[in-house]
Amino acid sequence: MEGKACCDSEAGRGVARPDQPAAAGWENYRRFLLPGILLLSGWWLLYRSLAPFSRWMTYDVFSLPRGSRFASAVEFFIFDTPKVLLLLTLVVFGIGVVRSYFTPDRARRILVGKREAAGNVFAALLGIVTPFCSCSAVPMFIGFVTAGVPLGVTFSFLISAPMVNEIALVLLFGLFGWKIAVLYLGTGLAVAMIAGWTIGRLGMEKHVESWVYQAACSGGEAAGEGSMSIADRVRNGYEAVRDIVGKVWVYVVLGIAVGAGIHGYVPENFLASFMGSGAWWSVPLAVLIGIPMYSNAAGIIPVVQALLAKGAALGTVLAFMMAVIGLSLPEMIILRKVLKVRLVATFAGVVGFGILIVGTLFNRVL
Amino acid sequence: MKMLQILGPGCPKCKKLAENTEAAAKGLGIEYRMEKVTEIRKIMEFGVMSTPALAVDGAVKFAGKIPTAEEIRRILASA
Repeated sequence: MEGKACCDSEAGRGVARPDQPAAAGWENYRRFLLPGILLLSGWWLLYRSLAPFSRWMTYDVFSLPRGSRFASAVEFFIFDTPKVLLLLTLVVFGIGVVRSYFTPDRARRILVGKREAAGNVFAALLGIVTPFCSCSAVPMFIGFVTAGVPLGVTFSFLISAPMVNEIALVLLFGLFGWKIAVLYLGTGLAVAMIAGWTIGRLGMEKHVESWVYQAACSGGEAAGEGSMSIADRVRNGYEAVRDIVGKVWVYVVLGIAVGAGIHGYVPENFLASFMGSGAWWSVPLAVLIGIPMYSNAAGIIPVVQALLAKGAALGTVLAFMMAVIGLSLPEMIILRKVLKVRLVATFAGVVGFGILIVGTLFNRVL
Repeated sequence: MKMLQILGPGCPKCKKLAENTEAAAKGLGIEYRMEKVTEIRKIMEFGVMSTPALAVDGAVKFAGKIPTAEEIRRILASA
């Protein structure tokens, strides 16, 4: 069963569409260079002006008393909302462009040759840059597995793709600083790699529904691959911004409003009693609650804000966030189509356990 | 008559693709038959890994993204 590469992934590699120019020449880059630089400078100026702007709005325009809770909540909101939205726009655009270079097909090709361990690392990394929608989880899984990508490696990809999410990273960075964002990135990747590798070691190939391995796969090349012009890639980025930011901004504003409110009003250490690092059961509990829940990355941020601001330990909160975004009941149900129950349970269990370790480790260490 | 197949398990994206495709086909005034393929096995036969996807007369034209009605029109007109 393994190594049966029925999908000839060589078929159609890099076939340029006849009406497309070949790889972009310098001319194509140049067209975007000047507007790009101008836009970036504009972005930067806007970004830098936010702090003084928010202060001016709060204390001069609205004439709120300095030091009052309401004033600091308002200042926080006026500062953070455009800040996060600006960051989101920039990062989503950037990732949109990067993603135009990576298709699931390409990811599959890269992973087919790799053995475990190296494969797990690559798969987890590829999960970040390959476009992924939860409804494609099943076709992608089948595509990978039937092409000969080892089961564990496929899982590493499946774990990292939804969990290590650029929206989550941007929001964490914008609201909590780069350290927390990097932490999330690092541990998310680690969980993806190790959990995937572990599942691979468990040798559960026979728990994949048998029809999957027999699924006929023809050439596996959807039209549209082959060289894209720079203009196409920029458009990809732009569309990504329009789709993602357009969908997510409400949550962001809501999340920051919640954060602003908490900033001033909820008593400190409200949650420390049961979510603080002292309680040994707080991390397992957080993971257990989080697994069946699903929220998009932006929606969970207000909760994260609330928890962190009011005394929850960082490890617990990270674990909760990962459990919510990375695993969910809907996803398990979808996966049941291609995996037998035991494998679905193993998947949830191994990932859950990995998240638990991460959370506990951080509570101990930080 | 063109055979238009929407490949996808039925999430909102697939519905959007169906709408855009319908609009494009009607806009061109061509004869067509539209079919929604939701069964995973059949979707895999097209060699598609990201849904939603659109196949025109059996050839996959878009996968993983939702093209605008305009883009679909262009493809339908030239196919």
